[in-house]
Amino acid sequence: MQTSWPQEACNGEPLIRVRGLCNRFGRHVVHEALDLDLYPGEILGVVGGSGTGKSVLLRSIVGLLRPAEGRIEVFGEDLQRLSPSARSRLERRFGVLFQRGALFTSLTLEENVAVPLIEHAGLPRADAEALARVKLALAGLPAEAACQYPASLSGGMIKRAALARALALDPEVLFLDEPTAGLDPIGAAAFDRLLLTLRDALGLSVFLVTHDLDTLYTACDRVAVLAQKRVLVADRLATVEATDDAWIHDYFHGPRGRAARRAAHPVKEP
Amino acid sequence: MPEPMTAPATKPVDEPGRIDAQGERLAIRGDWTLAHHASLKRQVERLARGREPFVRELDLSPLAALDTAGAVLLMELTGAERLAAIDDWAPELPATRRALLRTLGEAMVDRPAPASPPRRPLREGLARVGQRVEGLYQQQRQLLGFIGLVLATLAATAWRPGRWRLTSVVAQLHQTGLNALPIVALLTFLVGAVVAFLGATVLRDFGATIYTVNLVAFAFLREFGVLLAAILLAGRTASAFTAQLGAMKANEELDAVRTLGLDPVELLVLPRVLAMMLTLPILTFVGMLSGILGGALICALALDISLFQFVAILQRDIPLNHFLVGLAKAPLFAFLVAVIGCLEGFKVSGSAQSVGEHTTSSVVQSIFVVILLDAVAALFFMEMGW
Repeated sequence: MQTSWPQEACNGEPLIRVRGLCNRFGRHVVHEALDLDLYPGEILGVVGGSGTGKSVLLRSIVGLLRPAEGRIEVFGEDLQRLSPSARSRLERRFGVLFQRGALFTSLTLEENVAVPLIEHAGLPRADAEALARVKLALAGLPAEAACQYPASLSGGMIKRAALARALALDPEVLFLDEPTAGLDPIGAAAFDRLLLTLRDALGLSVFLVTHDLDTLYTACDRVAVLAQKRVLVADRLATVEATDDAWIHDYFHGPRGRAARRAAHPVKEP
Repeated sequence: MPEPMTAPATKPVDEPGRIDAQGERLAIRGDWTLAHHASLKRQVERLARGREPFVRELDLSPLAALDTAGAVLLMELTGAERLAAIDDWAPELPATRRALLRTLGEAMVDRPAPASPPRRPLREGLARVGQRVEGLYQQQRQLLGFIGLVLATLAATAWRPGRWRLTSVVAQLHQTGLNALPIVALLTFLVGAVVAFLGATVLRDFGATIYTVNLVAFAFLREFGVLLAAILLAGRTASAFTAQLGAMKANEELDAVRTLGLDPVELLVLPRVLAMMLTLPILTFVGMLSGILGGALICALALDISLFQFVAILQRDIPLNHFLVGLAKAPLFAFLVAVIGCLEGFKVSGSAQSVGEHTTSSVVQSIFVVILLDAVAALFFMEMGW
């Protein structure tokens, strides 16, 4: 599925605005003066080598990590300065899929997805679980998986269930940390399609940390490259590919990058 | 190509969703979102009650906002098959909205709600009792088997000093022994003081307060020193062993140890068991001393028995064998507490709840075993006249 996001959409107010972000662990500097925007309705792919702080960036935006310096605005508000109740209200407007799923191991999948529906939306338990089963089906899980515990599932199924939980409250912004890692290629392609469908149908904005080049080519509207402790470039894929940087060149023009681009644009390749 | 989207939060009007019946045709109006779920659910159920819901004609064009929760309620009106075929009967809807409804319908086709199994309280209760009894039996079997395994591994490595994990044993000694010293000393000191107070109160009526010294010394040398230290270690260390090994099991670290050709019992269990068997006698000794000290303090303050007098009575009245009887139990208690802690750790399965259950079980079991064995040993030593 080929998407082209109208450039003018990016001229609106960004939903998430990161300015001058610095993150340090002891003496180890992860980010320095990092700027990044996420616009409404776009799927932003965040790429970078291992250890460049992609997950750290995600954790600081959703407020799990207090940045050393800089300002992060989500829906125009600074999470760290809000009162707990205002912060909780804001946090309901985004869904997070963690790298390893982070499902509650003592609950079944259906209960995992039902937790935010019961706690925040105030649904009765039976309704919440019925809705949870639909979300699990939407994420591509078989019906009998709903009553199983995370310990008895494969990694791919855990990813899907975690996506279902992230989508439970129909969030406006979805944060995904390597969602297709550990999925088979068929499942990963289905995931990309699902992401596009949900984005189009629900008007989601997606912050997508990924190593999956196919996802970048099929699903992402813009790509941000994290390197040298900051965002090197954040733009349409064609612009990013053409950026004069050794790492970017190796990333997009290596054998895997070429294959992914051929798969996404079969005609353009000579 | 998707048309530009307005985020749901920026919608100008917020109108609760409703269903207008126009003959056989239902007009779906307003916001069908999670926020209005309760009222929408009531309306849908009222319509669906008593009739086949799938034949209704829907007019979706007046629909304002829709999210997955609302789409699920629409599906209850139409059924999944008709929703999957939305392109045929509602082509006037925006492509994005049709995509959501179609995706949802396709995901839920051939997926009836799961039938909840019938409840039989009596049978379930009986089954649970049976499971508990069977579980208790299996638990004892496993414990005996594991004790055998640990002893066999110990015997196999005892003659090969190259396979002794000295560093590991010392690290465990530090954690289970040295770090536990202050709390053991403090608690036994306090209990010693309490025992002396009790003795003083009861013996005063007989004019025999001087025997408070014998009471404290007997109690701590034979029973309380080792019992208190063992119970403290059961709470402090058996739980730590279970949690450590359980987290390793959940993280597949134990499997990694096995696939690297190493023996988890030799690598993880033996150092812990040996460290405990060295630790508990030392802690017992400290507990005895500090308990007697607590008693001596009360004797000096409340009964005017000076410290010199106290020590003189100890020397005259208390033979060495009481001390040995108390100390002899320590290695056995230590072995059982450590083995139970490790075994429960190996039994952990994946979930956080399982870690909690097995940690509880390890503490309960080890304290139970310590007190049971102590009672048996007290009988035995009394019959033997030791």
